Amino acid sequence: MEYFLELFMGGLTRGSIYALIALGYTMVYGIIELINFAHGEIYMIGAFTGLIVAGLLTMYGFPGVSILAIAIVCAVIWSAAYGYTIEKVAYKPLRGAPRLSPLISAIGMSIFLQNYVMLAQTSDFLPFPELIPEFAFMDKMGSIISSAELVIILATTASCVGLTLFIKFTKLGKAMRATAQNRKMAMLVGINVDMVISATFVIGSSLAAVGGVLIASHIGQINYYIGFIAGIKAFTAAVLGGIGSIPGAMLGALVLGLTEAFATGYVSSDYEDVFAFLLLVLILIFRPSGIMGREKTQKV
Amino acid sequence: MRVKLSLIALCLVMVAMLAACGGEEEKAEKADQKADVETGEIAAPATPLVLGVAGAHSGDLASYGLPSVNAAKLVVKKINAAGGINGAMVEVVAQDDQCKPELATNAATKMLSDGVKIVLGHICSGATKAALPIYLDGKIVLMSPSATNPPLTQSGEYPNFFRTIAPDDAQAALEVAFVKSLGLKKIAVIHDKGDYGKGFASFCQQFIEAEEGVEVVLFEGVTPGAVDYSAVVQKIKSAEADAVIFGGYHPEASKIVTGLRKKDINIPFLSDDGVKDDTFIKVAGKYADGVYATGPMDFSSNPIYQEAVAAHKAEFGSDPGPFFPEAYSAALALLKAVEYAGSTDYDKVIDALHTQYVDTAVGKIRFDAKGDAEGVGFAIYQVKDGKYMEVK
Repeated sequence: MEYFLELFMGGLTRGSIYALIALGYTMVYGIIELINFAHGEIYMIGAFTGLIVAGLLTMYGFPGVSILAIAIVCAVIWSAAYGYTIEKVAYKPLRGAPRLSPLISAIGMSIFLQNYVMLAQTSDFLPFPELIPEFAFMDKMGSIISSAELVIILATTASCVGLTLFIKFTKLGKAMRATAQNRKMAMLVGINVDMVISATFVIGSSLAAVGGVLIASHIGQINYYIGFIAGIKAFTAAVLGGIGSIPGAMLGALVLGLTEAFATGYVSSDYEDVFAFLLLVLILIFRPSGIMGREKTQKV
Repeated sequence: MRVKLSLIALCLVMVAMLAACGGEEEKAEKADQKADVETGEIAAPATPLVLGVAGAHSGDLASYGLPSVNAAKLVVKKINAAGGINGAMVEVVAQDDQCKPELATNAATKMLSDGVKIVLGHICSGATKAALPIYLDGKIVLMSPSATNPPLTQSGEYPNFFRTIAPDDAQAALEVAFVKSLGLKKIAVIHDKGDYGKGFASFCQQFIEAEEGVEVVLFEGVTPGAVDYSAVVQKIKSAEADAVIFGGYHPEASKIVTGLRKKDINIPFLSDDGVKDDTFIKVAGKYADGVYATGPMDFSSNPIYQEAVAAHKAEFGSDPGPFFPEAYSAALALLKAVEYAGSTDYDKVIDALHTQYVDTAVGKIRFDAKGDAEGVGFAIYQVKDGKYMEVK
């Protein structure tokens, strides 16, 4: 039973990280029907920003928890700036173009950002400081779930709840829903669609940055390539849950994380990816629009 | 109309393809001619002798590959100062493969088309394996300072392949003997599913099973680059292993060690020469302490080794990286073999490598019938106070 619980918590942690990244994919897709392949790189840039800020703060002797908080805030701001700029540079000029063009542009952006960080920083793995402190009251539970895992799960839950409330109850959230439903009509009723799209990129990038700092601090190392695999997995999670749907992305991420954890625990870690993608294939066969996706005919 | 257009287009494509192929053939011929000139005229001092250096010179494994470029440069500098090889100056041409098989074949093709006859490299076993058939077809002699996958020499398929490092099975045998001497009984063997890591792990498993009193309680691969390894860590714990043996490179090793220590699982962690790298200590930080890794024997008392390290400090202003002595020795062995053979003639160079002893940084060596250097081996190291120290 303890083993099951441990795997469950591990899977939940992994799923939480996927969820934070997957929300960015799904929101962007929901609004402009573009798969933003550069999104994994935003996560990576968030982690790097966190590393640099944490390094600076440690040098000036800030206490532990405040380093985590400031690092996350800086990573969010910096990544949001990147998300905003990417949209303006790589996608906005292509908004009227055939759907393949922005997709290729996204892949190009992803490769550009990877190489840019590799050249600007280093291609080596870098140690990332443990920013999440150990809680004293966690001693008894320590073998089942670590405090870092708990923080990750809680932070993700908070972000998801916050995002859902934001979409439901704010004016901007309403505008986003309207734009997702029909961009032209939204424009006709006076919604500033460009602003809505920018806001989507900024929010998605911020969530990815939170994920980047948390996971880097949990596993203790980063390099320029971490965004690629995390991005692919989060994208899978978004598709699994039904791309375009926000609760779908969260559910898909958790299902994916748990599947991987249990496949590793009860079968073999050799088959971690096999089971993850087998699940994707099965879902797509039986529910082509994903677990919570809406049925709609699509041109690709 | 449409059909006609597409037919014309098809014809154009086919013509273009033919033209491209023709061009390539011509190029290959030219390269052959150039190579003939080089091998034929021993006395022509104008033609420099090219020493190719292939390996990871960028990407996450560059810390293994770049020392071999430095080593080659230092050896060549020394040899050129003494008048070169058979009157010809030597020059170093580097090709980057990032330890990726697909880039390694590109590097090999480039070497072939440039008419290079001797190559120091590649660094990783997987990349070496992918590139070897191209070198064999092109009659290029290859010597690796670090590719330890046993079949590279033991399969007997590649008479043109040599190495100045002992193969993984030697490393695994030493590791298993060491584990037994520590009195550990239940071993979890983890690997990274790669040619090198899984090869090493399989040898460990095989040797452990052949021994009395030790057993493998877990044998699994992890996916390099995965977001976290907590599930594998749980598995090691629930298997009640006394120790972990890991086959692979330092990024995965540091993640697994960190995961284990964070869950308070303080069992010994043993690994291979892919982890015996200071980058591992830097990344794993305090969790690296106490980790064992096998690595090439310590040759620091060898005068050629000392001279090479001093030259490296003078030239590049830093300590040499991993596999530097092996690469330095490989460059020396290759160039001395060319000198002895009197030309870069394929058969003569190979013959010289098998028969002639040469003084190198890893001792006085020659190569056995399969291409492994005689007299080189492994030792066990442990991280103490942020440094790898040899376990005596």
